[in-house]
Amino acid sequence: MVLETGQERSLMMIRLERVTWLTGKALRIMTLLFALCVISFVLLSYSPIDPVQAYVGADMMRVSSQQREQISEYWGLNKPPLERFVRWGRALIHGDLGVSMIFRSPVRDVIKDRFAASLALMAAAWFFSGIIGFVMGVTAGMNQGRWLDRILKWYCLTLASTPTFWLGLLLVMVFSVWLGWFPVGLGVPAGQLSEDVTIWNRVNHLILPALTLSIIGVANIALHTRQKLIDVLKSDYILFARAKGKHGVQLLWQHGLRNIMLPAITLQFASFSELFGGSVLAEQVFSYPGLGNATVQAGLRGDLPLLLGIVLFSALFVFSGNLMADLIYLVVDPRITEATTL
Amino acid sequence: MNTSLTARMPYPVMAFIPTLNRRQQTLLLMAMAAVVVGVMIAAGILLDNDRIATHFDQRNLAPSWNHLFGTDWLGRDMFTRTAKGLTVSIGIGMIASLASVVIAMILGLASATLGKTVDSAVSWLVDLFLGVPHLVALILIAFVMGGGAKGVIVGVACTHWPSLTRLIRAEVLQIRFSEYVHVSKHMGRSRVFIAVRHVMPHLAPQFLVGILLLFPHAILHEASITFLGFGLSPHQPAIGVILSESMKYLATGMWWLAFFPGLSLLVIVRSMDIIGDHLRQLTDPHSAHE
Repeated sequence: MVLETGQERSLMMIRLERVTWLTGKALRIMTLLFALCVISFVLLSYSPIDPVQAYVGADMMRVSSQQREQISEYWGLNKPPLERFVRWGRALIHGDLGVSMIFRSPVRDVIKDRFAASLALMAAAWFFSGIIGFVMGVTAGMNQGRWLDRILKWYCLTLASTPTFWLGLLLVMVFSVWLGWFPVGLGVPAGQLSEDVTIWNRVNHLILPALTLSIIGVANIALHTRQKLIDVLKSDYILFARAKGKHGVQLLWQHGLRNIMLPAITLQFASFSELFGGSVLAEQVFSYPGLGNATVQAGLRGDLPLLLGIVLFSALFVFSGNLMADLIYLVVDPRITEATTL
Repeated sequence: MNTSLTARMPYPVMAFIPTLNRRQQTLLLMAMAAVVVGVMIAAGILLDNDRIATHFDQRNLAPSWNHLFGTDWLGRDMFTRTAKGLTVSIGIGMIASLASVVIAMILGLASATLGKTVDSAVSWLVDLFLGVPHLVALILIAFVMGGGAKGVIVGVACTHWPSLTRLIRAEVLQIRFSEYVHVSKHMGRSRVFIAVRHVMPHLAPQFLVGILLLFPHAILHEASITFLGFGLSPHQPAIGVILSESMKYLATGMWWLAFFPGLSLLVIVRSMDIIGDHLRQLTDPHSAHE
């Protein structure tokens, strides 16, 4: 009986620790997001671009100064920055990010639509680069010091120095221009009504940008996995397993794989930031209508509400990736649970 | 970057040259990479500006001995444009990574020596800057600064310090709690003496290597942001500009417009990476005995 209550208590303790850990994490993310709101708002309100001018655009000559004042009245641009920030923040809490000037629709809807397109691209790249990179890393690690390892390592290091957009251009040149296998750009065939677009059309337009991101994304995870595997192979329990006569795939399967899988998965979740950055470049090369493309548009044409919304959204995206990485560790790795209860 | 902390194998080609030891191989490789970078910079400075003037009689030429990388639709020599663009990129990358390393040094030292409050404040700042994807942060900063080289430099400097800050903080903490520092303290040495004689010598190589290892990221980001249209102006020679212009001509089959400039960028970035990484190996006592 005594033992049981003791166990119960320690279980309670573990749960409590986890709850405090999670609250701390959530609090940190909240403060970071708040700071980000303030910083980006301040930065953008001091930018040299006049939002009214950006909104009016080519109609500059036809808009009178009275109309300009009406426009800035309508957007609330004639108020002092602090008041504008409070207004914007209050709307933000209610989920209202304002209206995009270039798409003429609520920022929230623009981000939702565009992110859906980007998500398909990023998910495909995330998945394939993870799997292929992991396999490459394991192959290199198992053959440490041999030719295969050297070649793989050299390849990955070179890949890490490759500009994403240049790789995209190369793929366009080879597969779209020379071989004609894939369309040159855009998310759907040009001049086709949206009802006529089939799922095959979408996939066809997705392959090249996804391939670009997958090729680039392999490097980091492969190098990391290789190093982890080499470290694991140096350990005493591998020496013992080897002494028992295990080798090759059997050794890897029974003793190596589990220990290197977790860091690889975590790394993959923590790489959301690079994934997002890569997708901005890939979408630009392939004119793929995703969130990255919208980011560039918003920046080039001075759409402040949209740019602000995307900055916050991308940060949220990265934070959720990091949080997932932490959670996976917490749930899966028994050593972390022990450490937090100590 | 974590993975590169371990020593690298000598390159496959090197296996055929048994007379050199590892240190010599490393030095040779570094020298070769330095020559590549040096030649590119020299070409960028020395080549005549007339070669990138408009020559309508030499338009759209494929690569030849006279025009190594071919010419574009205005008859400009692509090799000259590439070399000049890369020289500008290298300059910008140098300034930006120097600024970034200085920020990382100051914040890393502060968080390791000035107590808990400063430490958690710096770690919060690091999280803040790692939270926004680099490219989005770069677009935001370049947008606010109104584009141009200034925007790129400030943007790259502001986004690249966090990871190095963590490294330096860890390094300083390790030195502070090491035995020789304890002994030194007990022997009555002042804090300044410890800072100057025990901590600084460890940070000097970090400083140099930090610049060289941040440099490739800096150039790549400069090219990316210029490619997207937020960086250098289209009138300046820049790899990003060259590549974004080449997109319009891809369908015409003028492959050399994009292929060679991008490849040169890759070679320069990789060379700088090799120099930085091998220099780290040479200065790092942990890998010296491998």
